[in-house]
Amino acid sequence: MGEIIKVGMADLKTCVSPDGLTTLGLGSCIGIAIRDPVTKIGGLAHIMLPDSTAIRGSGQNIAKFADTGIEELVRRMVAMGANKSRMTAKLAGGATMFAFQGKSNMVQVGVRNAEASVKKLQELRIPVLAQDTGADYGRTVIFYPETGDYVIRAVGRPERTI
Amino acid sequence: MGNITLEKVSESYMDVLKELGNIGAGNAMTALSQMLGCKVDMRVPQVKLLDFQEVGAMMGGEEQIMVGVFLGVEGDITGSMMFLVEKASAKHLIAKLMMGMAPEGDDFSEMELSAMKEVGNIITGAYLNSLATITNLKIFPTPPELAVDMAGAILSVPAIQFGIIGDKLLLIQSQFFDEVEIDGYFILIPDLDSYGKILGSLGIPVE
Repeated sequence: MGEIIKVGMADLKTCVSPDGLTTLGLGSCIGIAIRDPVTKIGGLAHIMLPDSTAIRGSGQNIAKFADTGIEELVRRMVAMGANKSRMTAKLAGGATMFAFQGKSNMVQVGVRNAEASVKKLQELRIPVLAQDTGADYGRTVIFYPETGDYVIRAVGRPERTI
Repeated sequence: MGNITLEKVSESYMDVLKELGNIGAGNAMTALSQMLGCKVDMRVPQVKLLDFQEVGAMMGGEEQIMVGVFLGVEGDITGSMMFLVEKASAKHLIAKLMMGMAPEGDDFSEMELSAMKEVGNIITGAYLNSLATITNLKIFPTPPELAVDMAGAILSVPAIQFGIIGDKLLLIQSQFFDEVEIDGYFILIPDLDSYGKILGSLGIPVE
């Protein structure tokens, strides 16, 4: 068994099998797992917001946004020897934790995060094989680039793999 | 005031925001002690400006089960506010409030959730009231909502709002205890132009 590498909030990391990647307690954020099945290179991004272009002067962290985060993750994986044309993706998170989420542009930010992530992946021609997004509960995810298994844990719910 | 950023706010006015947090948390504890009908001691609150990665770890890990009470702030300033407490501490507070009528067990009953919402309502109401008194601004809370889930998941909500304006989150940690020690956390999330209003109302010029 390899090592399981932790990815924080607004963070992204890559690994090579047998290592895996995890991010804990996803709420409205999205965990985007990308894999090249031949080289078994994997990447996981924990994004918070849908669109970097909608917000000006909001800091330097490109891993915070779906658009820039996914781009950077793919770039790093390619730099490690992964082939973009073989890449596939899986998504989890994007919950609506509270019916009220602050100001109006924050309504359903989880849903918008999921939509923005899918859109960016489509733009890069990376197929989305599976997703477990939405609802109103948090998720912990573990991604294994060896098999492509994306394990999802939630409080009071059975573990599932997509 | 359009070009104020949280980084600028934090550099110049951190001390003011800290002091407001101290006073707010102090008032919240007084309200809690009155509601529970017992003496509640508290330590000096810690005000921290944290990177998103650090937030979960501070509360005992991203997977620590927490109870989060979240509500909107309206009036002269707009934004939202959150109060968080660890699950076991929430159980303890509820049991006190229900005077031993709370059922045993790991999960929360409907009545316990409702009681916890009320605790959150009173604590955040007292916090916002003291802020309104100091700043002489009208501040109204919206009805609270509650979630019992992993710390990381609950914190993603305020973190995302802070994420719009910067890469850090302003957190007030308030430790209080009656027989047991309880860690409570306050997160006030003013909309960006509300920072200017808060500081301006205290006679502090912004830009």
